[in-house]
Parts: sequence; structure tokens; C-alpha cells
Amino acid sequence: MTTIIRQSSVDNRQSEPDYGFESLSRQRPPQRRSELGLATDSAAPALSVTGSVSAPQSKIVVDGLNLWFGSNHVLRNVCFSIPPNAVTAIMGPSGCGKSTLLRTINRMNDLILGTRITGDIRIDGQSIFADSTDVIDLRKRVGMVFQKPNPFPKSILENVAFGPRIHRMGNSADIQQRVEHALRHANLWDEVKDRLHDNAFSLSGGQQQRLCTARCLSVEPEIILLDEPASALDPHSTARLEELIRQLKQDYTVVIVTHNMQQAARVSDWCAFLMLGEVVEFGHTEQVFTKPKDPRTEDFLTGKFG
Amino acid sequence: MTTSSLPARKLRRRRFGDNFGFVLLAVPLALFVLFILYMFFYLLRNGLGVINWQFLTQAPTNGMTEGGIWPCIVGTVLVTFVSLVFSVPVGICAAIYLSEYAPANLLTRAIRSAIRSLAGIPSIVYGLFGVALFVTGMKFGLSILSSGLTLGLMNLPWIIATAEEAINAIPGSFREGAMALGATKWEAIRHNVLPYAFPGILTGVLLAVARTMGETAPILFTGVTYYTRTIPTSLSQKFMALPYHLFTLATQHDQISTVRPIAFGTALVLLVFVLAFDAVAFIIRLRVAGANKWQV
Repeated sequence: MTTIIRQSSVDNRQSEPDYGFESLSRQRPPQRRSELGLATDSAAPALSVTGSVSAPQSKIVVDGLNLWFGSNHVLRNVCFSIPPNAVTAIMGPSGCGKSTLLRTINRMNDLILGTRITGDIRIDGQSIFADSTDVIDLRKRVGMVFQKPNPFPKSILENVAFGPRIHRMGNSADIQQRVEHALRHANLWDEVKDRLHDNAFSLSGGQQQRLCTARCLSVEPEIILLDEPASALDPHSTARLEELIRQLKQDYTVVIVTHNMQQAARVSDWCAFLMLGEVVEFGHTEQVFTKPKDPRTEDFLTGKFG
Repeated sequence: MTTSSLPARKLRRRRFGDNFGFVLLAVPLALFVLFILYMFFYLLRNGLGVINWQFLTQAPTNGMTEGGIWPCIVGTVLVTFVSLVFSVPVGICAAIYLSEYAPANLLTRAIRSAIRSLAGIPSIVYGLFGVALFVTGMKFGLSILSSGLTLGLMNLPWIIATAEEAINAIPGSFREGAMALGATKWEAIRHNVLPYAFPGILTGVLLAVARTMGETAPILFTGVTYYTRTIPTSLSQKFMALPYHLFTLATQHDQISTVRPIAFGTALVLLVFVLAFDAVAFIIRLRVAGANKWQV
């Protein structure tokens, strides 16, 4: 019986376009906020019904973002903000636009022809689409780890040194040091320190993905975007990668896209649920998973679709 | 195998069809291979006799009935070199632009298919064009320079097409990975595409070299000559070349039967040059296929 009622309510909700944002405007449980070190109410990401955002201490603010690939409306008025030094998960069914949303944050979608964007994304209050924003600098500040491990066919050392080299971050000794630091940070140093000159393709899939993370850390980003980083990995490698993701939030703002809700539950502090290009729900991971406010979120979490 | 689910008669018929198809496909290939081998052995049998150190290092003497083919080797090497100096840089730049920068529109598609068609234009047409453009138009005269540039024009579309293919074979993730780190588009191409496309580009260049060396028509009106006493010392001189020398000895000489062995020797030398470049290209391709793990 409940199923039927919820299904029908979903249908009703979908005819009301503003519904998703109403639910987002609600306050979150205060105890979690203090854990995150966000002292005041205004610090918590909050959204009004109109879609405007008031969150001075958010690292990233996504404000009324619409994106089209040609005539395909992929992201629909997406509004939420991502707090600093936390892991924010974007989850949702396949094809809901979560990877597209992630790739908009470092403007990787610029490379795709026929992309049109309205609305704004601000990092530390500055629009990433502003003329004064240099896309090279943006991508240095906002690192990305891709779905499929994509090491370059170079040595392990050269892979991590690539970023510092193109940004001319010091002499070769400095770069060597950066490589070691990044590899340590990515929990890979002990496994590769004796074989830095081996080809990166000789590493296992999980090691390759941590190498790509190290490569991303080597240019000292502030934000790290992870696009389903564990989808090509076995359970053991996934566990090690998730451990790494939890460590990274001490120094970085982490945004992870996943269609695996258990993974979102395990690694994230904040969680956005995206469906058909709309943010259906955004909140503390605990709240989203235990007391979802939107029936569609609950349907997704209980496995009615996905 | 005590029982069969299919009737034996049907199985027999299908097996016959299978064997018949195999024969139908294998026989033409075998005939072709036999033909190639026969051609090669025929050249070896008739040409090997005249080949010695003098033949390779001396000029023709006594009305070309004696002596060697050294000026022809020098001429062919020089004219091929000039063609590459022109076509390799231009071709690679054009290929990079076409594959990485050109917008995906009708004009680009038209240019790309025009390049493919240019690769199929008869070489004699290039020869005529070379006369108009380089010999008389730019007043380079009948010279190594005119011939080399004409050959360069001819192998340019070939080089563009193979280089573009080699660049397109590099996975997009190499470009994307570099750009996500803050590399500019050119930095991504320079460091993460071209080094890995290089063997493929080189293979294309070597195949173009092999083809260029054997071309007669484009140099025919633009600088090659029947006989020169000395090897050329500047690019503005006329020159002798292996394919044209072969043509001369085989059809234009007044003592055709006397010079027949020299003609075969010349053909053999030319064939060995061409095969050597093809073989190097083949080896590079093999080694790259083994080394590029991303292509598995």
C-alpha cells in the first residue's frame, strides 16, 4: 500500500517544479553543523524558495545553474552550496546529470561543443564564469579525479611531476619533493617509493586511481572533485580509496559523485540527491539517509529505482 | 559423441560449405603472394649479377653501358630529402590543427575529404602542376628544388592523413587529464599527445618516403635528367634519379639489350631502398603496439 501512495505522490510532486527547492530551504540538525566547525546559522548552506543562496562560509555556491548540451536540458536550476573541509556527495540514478554538475565546477564542460550554461557557480565568492577568472588557474585550484583511472603512459614519478612542471612550481628538487609529498598524501608512497621510474600502467587499478589522486594533489588544489572514482575498482581497493577520501577532507574541500549510495553514506558529510537534473534533496548525509524529506529520495535509498 | 542432435546429411553439407569458403578465400591470397615472390626473385636473378661496390659508387660511363648508378642514388636521396623538409613540418602542423583545433563543421569536413582525394590524384598531374608553380612560376627552373617541392606537394596529403590518424588514436583521457591539472590545450597536446602519436606519425612519414623515392612522373618535367657527368652540388641543378634511370635504360637507350642487366640492378637497388623504409615503418609499428598498453 505504502508503495502505491508514494509512487503517486512522486507523480504529483513532479508537476510542481518548485518542490525540490522548498525542501532544501529547511534547517538542518544543529549538532552536525557544530561538528563541522560551522559556528553560526548563516554558515550552514541554506537555500530560499526563489533559489538564491546565502552561505558566506560555503566554499562553493551553485546558484540557479542550468546547463544544456545542444537542446538537451541536463541541469535544471541547480542550487546548493558545498561547505569547506568536508566531503560532499552528489548521488543519483544514472544519467541524472551528476557527473555533468561536477565537471561544470572546474569548467571541463567548456571542452564539449554545444554546451550552454546559465546561472552561476562561485568559489570563495568569485564566479568561475567571470571574465576575471582564468580557467587554467581555476583547474589548478579545483583538481579532478576521473571515473576511469587515467594515468599518463609515463613513469610514476613523471605522472605526479606533470602538474608542478607545467605550472613551473620550483626547480627539479622542489618538484621531487612535491611528488613525494603528494604520493604520501595519497597513501601510495610506501607502495611505489622503490619503483618511481616504472610505467604507471604497471600499477593495479586501485593504485592507478590513488596515483591520479596524487597527481591532482601535486598542484596544491583547494577543491578535489571525484567522479565515481571507485566504480572501476574491486572492494578492497575501494575501501582504501574511501579511507583516503576521508583523510583528504582535513586539507581540502572534497566533492564526490557516486551512484553507489552506500559509498555516499560511508564517506560523505553532506549529500545532494540529484534526479533528472534537479537537486531533489540536500542535507547532512545522516539526515538524508535516515530522515529523507522527499519521497523520491526515500524511493532511491530503498532501491525502488536506481 | 554417441548421438548427434543434427542429421548427418545436413552436417556434411555445412562442413563442405565451410571448406569451400576457405578455399575460395585462401587461393587468391596464395596466388598474390606467389606473384610477389616471383617478381622479387626475378629481379634478384637478373639484377644481382651487376651489383657490386663499383656499381653503387661510380657514375655511368661509356654511354651508360658501363659504370654505376651513384648519381642516381644521390639524386633520389636529395630530392626525397627536399620533399620531406617541405611536407613533414607542414603536414604535421596541418594534422594537429585538423584533429585538435578545427571546429567540427562542414568546412572542416570538406577540407578533410579534399585532402583524402588529393592523396589519390595521379602523380603526373602533380608533375604538371610542379612545372607551372615551381619551374616557371617561381622560376626555380628544372632543379632538385622544383622536383623536391613537387614531390613534397604530392606526399603532403598522405602525411596529413596518417598523422591525423595517429593523433586521433591517442585517448581523450590523456588530454582531459592534463587539462584538468590546469594545462593549456597546447601544453596538453605538446606533452601528452604528440610524444605518443610520434611513432604513428613517423610510420606515416616513412611510408611516404618509400612512395616518394619510386615516383617518376612528378620529377619528369621538373628537374630529372637523362645523364649528368657529376653529382649535383646545389639544389638548383638538374639531377639523375633511380626510377627515371630505370625508365631510360629500359626504353630509351639505343643498346637496350646491353644495358638490360644494369636496368635490373637499378630496379633492385630501388626496391631495396623502398622495402627498407617499409620495413623500418613495420618494425616501429610492431614495437609501439607492444609498448602502448593503453591501446590494448
